[in-house]
Amino acid sequence: MHMPKFAGIRRMAARIQEAKGAPRWILYVGVGIVVFFVILAIFAPLIAPYGFDQVSSDGMRFPKQASPSSDHLFGTTVQSTDVLSRTIWGARTAIEVVVLSVIFSIAIGVPLGLVSGYIGGKLDRGLVLIMDALFAFPYLLLAIVVAFLLTDKLNDFFLSNLFGAGIVTAAVAITVVYIPQYFRVVRNHVISVREEPYVEAARALGAKRRTIIGRYIFYNVIQNVPALATLNAADAILTLAALGFLGYGIQPTEAAEWGYDISRAIDDVGAGIWWTGVFPGMAIVLLVTGFTLVGEGLNDVLNPLIRYRRIRKPKIPAAQGQEAS
Amino acid sequence: MSRKGSLRTYVLTRLVLAIPTVLILLTMVFLLMRVAPGNPIQVALGGHLSQQEIDRRSAEAGYDKPIPAQYVEYLGDVFTGNLGTTLTDHRTVTSIIVENGSATLELTIAAMLVALVVGLTVGILAGRFRDTPIDLGGRLFGIVVYAAPVFFVGYLLQLLFGSTLHWLPTSGRVGPVTEFELDTTTHLYLIDSLISGNFNAFWDAVTHLILPAVTLGLLVSGVLIRLVRVNLMQTMRGDYVEAARARGVSERRVVLEHAFRNALIPVVTVAGLQFAILLGGAILTEQTFNWPGIGSELVRYLNERDYIAVQGIITVFALAVVLVSLLIDLINAFIDPRVRY
Amino acid sequence: MSDAPMQAQQPAAGAESEPVLTVRNLRAWYGTMGDPVRAVDGVSIDLRAGETVGLVGESGCGKSTLGRAIMGLLPDGAAVAGEVRYRGRDLVGLPQRDLRSLRGPDLGLVFQEPMTRLDPLVTIEDHFLETLRAHEPDTDTDEMRRRSLAALAGMGIPPTRFKQYPHEFSGGMRQRIMIALALALNPKVVIADEPTTALDVIVEAQILQILADLRRNFDAALLLITHNLGIVAETCDRVAVMYAGQIVEEGPAREVFTEPAHPYTRELLRSTISLSTTGLHHIPGAPPSLVDPPSACRFHPRCPNAMEVCARKDPIEMTPGAEEGRPREGRVLCWLHGPADEIPPGGERPLERGEIALAEEA
Repeated sequence: MHMPKFAGIRRMAARIQEAKGAPRWILYVGVGIVVFFVILAIFAPLIAPYGFDQVSSDGMRFPKQASPSSDHLFGTTVQSTDVLSRTIWGARTAIEVVVLSVIFSIAIGVPLGLVSGYIGGKLDRGLVLIMDALFAFPYLLLAIVVAFLLTDKLNDFFLSNLFGAGIVTAAVAITVVYIPQYFRVVRNHVISVREEPYVEAARALGAKRRTIIGRYIFYNVIQNVPALATLNAADAILTLAALGFLGYGIQPTEAAEWGYDISRAIDDVGAGIWWTGVFPGMAIVLLVTGFTLVGEGLNDVLNPLIRYRRIRKPKIPAAQGQEAS
Repeated sequence: MSRKGSLRTYVLTRLVLAIPTVLILLTMVFLLMRVAPGNPIQVALGGHLSQQEIDRRSAEAGYDKPIPAQYVEYLGDVFTGNLGTTLTDHRTVTSIIVENGSATLELTIAAMLVALVVGLTVGILAGRFRDTPIDLGGRLFGIVVYAAPVFFVGYLLQLLFGSTLHWLPTSGRVGPVTEFELDTTTHLYLIDSLISGNFNAFWDAVTHLILPAVTLGLLVSGVLIRLVRVNLMQTMRGDYVEAARARGVSERRVVLEHAFRNALIPVVTVAGLQFAILLGGAILTEQTFNWPGIGSELVRYLNERDYIAVQGIITVFALAVVLVSLLIDLINAFIDPRVRY
Repeated sequence: MSDAPMQAQQPAAGAESEPVLTVRNLRAWYGTMGDPVRAVDGVSIDLRAGETVGLVGESGCGKSTLGRAIMGLLPDGAAVAGEVRYRGRDLVGLPQRDLRSLRGPDLGLVFQEPMTRLDPLVTIEDHFLETLRAHEPDTDTDEMRRRSLAALAGMGIPPTRFKQYPHEFSGGMRQRIMIALALALNPKVVIADEPTTALDVIVEAQILQILADLRRNFDAALLLITHNLGIVAETCDRVAVMYAGQIVEEGPAREVFTEPAHPYTRELLRSTISLSTTGLHHIPGAPPSLVDPPSACRFHPRCPNAMEVCARKDPIEMTPGAEEGRPREGRVLCWLHGPADEIPPGGERPLERGEIALAEEA
């Protein structure tokens, strides 16, 4: 049985086209938001008026804690940095960390889940035990500890030169938290799929294990991953912000981070200064909502069990005559 | 098969099964703490004391023994209730648990109450009136509440109620006067103030508790809303619901007594899993509001590299998670007669 | 078919009296993304006190929908038109509140799968108390318990098990509990939707006996919906045969089974397997689409006796045998029974059609 390449993906795209009404809009709005932030992230140097830790321009120092004005659309912080710029640069930080951590998590969690689910036995039991324990651990605690332990250790890691050690640290911390989720979802799906007739048929025809996992099971199982990945991304941003809020992971000198900005803004509350925290916070809410909408939209569209379309009561016409139409 | 008997058996069995889980978590904590190079004393106090002194203390604490021996000692310590003494300020971890733990306990209980009230109400409404504006509103509320980091919500509440309206305090657990006056027996200030009849103190404690509890509670309610809604929608399509309608039972009874109660079962389980989120949220909330709970202590000790304190606190967290999961299973068995062995 | 005395053969007690429930031209359509599903498309039937009427047909012919439409239990996406008269009131279009007060004391429904029809978190006792309280809130609780226990005893459930939970009972016992619940308030009309399909044969016999006793003990009108002709032959006074949302034949059970008037009934009977079966018989083709049913007589694509007129003009309801001057009790919807003057010239030629197309549906 030859399955065309990307059959799973093509099927997904078809279902998105078919879905009518709300789920499609949810998907589009979500994608729109995410794309907006990705653009901010990529073009930050061009879009942001100043650098993320820039405190002066043309020899003039920025005002301290100035409210929003035409010079500084979002105002300035107590350290004289421009809030608008920091918010935009924060987008780059967030997107970088999220992309890295999602890729890592998928790259480790999915293959582990595939292999563990298909082969079963002691390997499976052992992995499940470890993953469940990791899963039970309060996620923030885990992230904090890992970030803490890795601080200053990753300076020579090759990715650090590209992105900065702090970003990689944060990404790794988040990855550790989410690997069990991918593992669990993929493994459970593999277990339910592996007894399907077409897999049995392939086995009976003598297909190698690698082929079975790679071609048959993989494309089937992979459909679950995008929805999980987007929800994972949403979570990752929140975790990153939490780490930044507590002061772990990314050093303030390395990059702008929304959570860190909010932690500084709390001191401003007493003075009634709202712009230092509200804007970074709104950015978090917006981006997380964007990812969540994409995830929910994908779920609504792809998952037939949950798919619920508004069904209208039909109109029954008056009794017809005896002649057939 | 009497109801009491099977429930009792279930409880005992469940308790016994909890032990391996505890062991695994403790092992994880132990390994996590040993990942950092150098022993805890070295790391915390290196540079402050002479190397000789450090070596002497390390030997005393047993850090020169091989790892497996340390592991056994650690386990032994935990089971005898000795969680260690902090390096930096010489408090026993046990006293930290009692004093700060009670603050966190008060906060989490209040937050859970908020979460239940908000989450269940909105969830039931959204599930019952599915696909109407009520439902959409409820779902949107759930998404936004989830998307807003707990410290941002706390920050906004502080801005609104503290700084702009001046209705509620934004920091600490009680004011300085109460701190001085209050007789702390249980360390749960709400209860202590009632016991000693100090109503000023009670009011002080309550007003300080409101914002943090609402903040943390909203976080958890977001998840609850989604859960309750989805499960309610499912149970309302259940066969026994249709059968009840066929007997002329009122819609209200059908929704609340049959659909909702059955919907609660998976919710109770998942709510238990939310405990992990609750702990994480508690740490952040405590930081935001200067609430002197275990979370903020953990952060403080982490910054001071006091590994013994960190290890002790995390051990307690791990045990708490197991305890809560046990509790959840017991509640489940109480609600659902099918679960009992 | 068993050797149990054929109680169904005696004329029903209230056969000559006024019907308790009259259904006239009932239509129940389900909404879909496209065209609606016309599950019940013009059904008329009477139910009399003390009488058991069997409603038979293949799966998907609309029998269950008919039962639920009468009770007003169709989901939101369904529309109902026509008339269902009970005690002078038309149930179609009645507000849910009024329907609810009828369900229990006047109308009862027994479902197919007993395993899932009881709330797993609620004891049997509470199921009964809830039902009784919903309709007779002023009754004393002890009195309610007494009545519930009596109903259960009638079904063979001992009082010691009154406070147990549903999962502690077997399938057959749960069905008996369901029947007791449905009958607890003495409804005048009971609809049983495939009550024994999910049960094994021995339990089935017990349940059928209970249902047969219904007539004697409760004087209720029973509509027994099933695809199993054997059950109908054993327990029903009259039988109605349903095809593609319409009743194609109806009459006294014995007569319909010994002298079926409609070709579909005849084919159904021939498909039944008994000890004397030597070869398997089946009706060619597949059940018709309820979204776009065949024109005129809906059975014409599969009917061995189809004539030209069958594909062109809707058949008219007739009394079987009337055209030949030997009218029987009952009615049939088939051009084979005339009226001859409505058939256009040439209409009696056998219908020409290609090989009967196999399942477009499947």
